[in-house]
Amino acid sequence: MIDSNYIGHPLPVCSALVEAGRLRFFAQAIGQTDPVYTDLNAALAAGHPALPVPPTFLFCLEMEAPNPGALRELLNIDIAKILHGEQRFTYHALCFAGDTLSFDARITDIYSKKGGALEFVVRDTTVTNQHGTHVADLHAVTVVRHA
Amino acid sequence: MLDFMDLQVGDSLPAFTTAPVSRLTLALYCGASGDHNPMHVDIDFAHQAGAPDVFAHGMLSMAYLSRLLTNWVPQQYLREYGVRFTAITHVGDAITCSGTVTELFEVLGETRARLSLQTVNQHGRVLLAGDAVVALG
Repeated sequence: MIDSNYIGHPLPVCSALVEAGRLRFFAQAIGQTDPVYTDLNAALAAGHPALPVPPTFLFCLEMEAPNPGALRELLNIDIAKILHGEQRFTYHALCFAGDTLSFDARITDIYSKKGGALEFVVRDTTVTNQHGTHVADLHAVTVVRHA
Repeated sequence: MLDFMDLQVGDSLPAFTTAPVSRLTLALYCGASGDHNPMHVDIDFAHQAGAPDVFAHGMLSMAYLSRLLTNWVPQQYLREYGVRFTAITHVGDAITCSGTVTELFEVLGETRARLSLQTVNQHGRVLLAGDAVVALG
C-alpha cells in the first residue's frame, strides 16, 4: 500500500526552458501540421512573440526535472505497473519558446479501489513563467495496478 | 476565427482520424515528449512486465485530441482541457477525435463553450473521454 501520509508532500520545484526545436519535434510526433506551431513567421503573423507551447506540452516540460522519477521513487512505485488515469490543464496565459517555466507540484491525494488492487496518486502542479505570471495548473492522476 | 454567433449546444467540431499508431509513432513521441517509460517502446521490457506488447502513451492521444481544439479555435481561447484515460490505445489503432458543444455560459465577462470530447478506435471503443472550455470572445 502507498503510504497516505504523503498526501500534501511537495515535490522538488523544477524549471524548464522551452526550446523551439523541441516544439517542432513535438509537433511532428503528434501530427500537428498547423504552421503556427512550427514556423516562426506563421506564429508571428498570428500575433505570438515566438512559437507557442501546445496544450499538452506542459506535461512534458514537467518531466524535464533532474529526476523525472522522483514521485515513483518517493512512493516506491514500479514503473511497469503504472497507467495514466486522468490529466487536466487549466490555462491562464500562453507560454512560448524561450520561456523558462517553473513547476511546483505536490501530492494532493492517495487512495485505492478494488480492495487495494488499484491505487491512485493525485498530483497538482502550479506553473509560473520567468515573469512570475501564473500560466497554468496541471492535475494528474496516476494509477498503480497490482493485479 | 470561426463565427460563433450561431453556435448551439449539440453542434459538432470537425472530427478527424489519425493514421494507425505505429511503433515509429511511439518512438517519436517518446523522444519528443520526454516520456521514456519503456512500457511504450521496449517490447522486451513489456514482455518481462507481463504485457503482450507495448502500448501508446495516453498523452499521445490527449495531444491528438488537442488538435481538434486548436483546429477549431486559436489556442489562446482555450481555458481548460481534461481527459480520463478509459482504455489502452494499442499499436495499430486508428484514433478518431471528435467533440460536441454541451453548454454555452458566461463567466468573467466572457462567453464560453463547454465541449465534450472523445477518442475512439477503429472498433468504436472509447479510449479517452474528456472535456474542454473555450472562450468565444
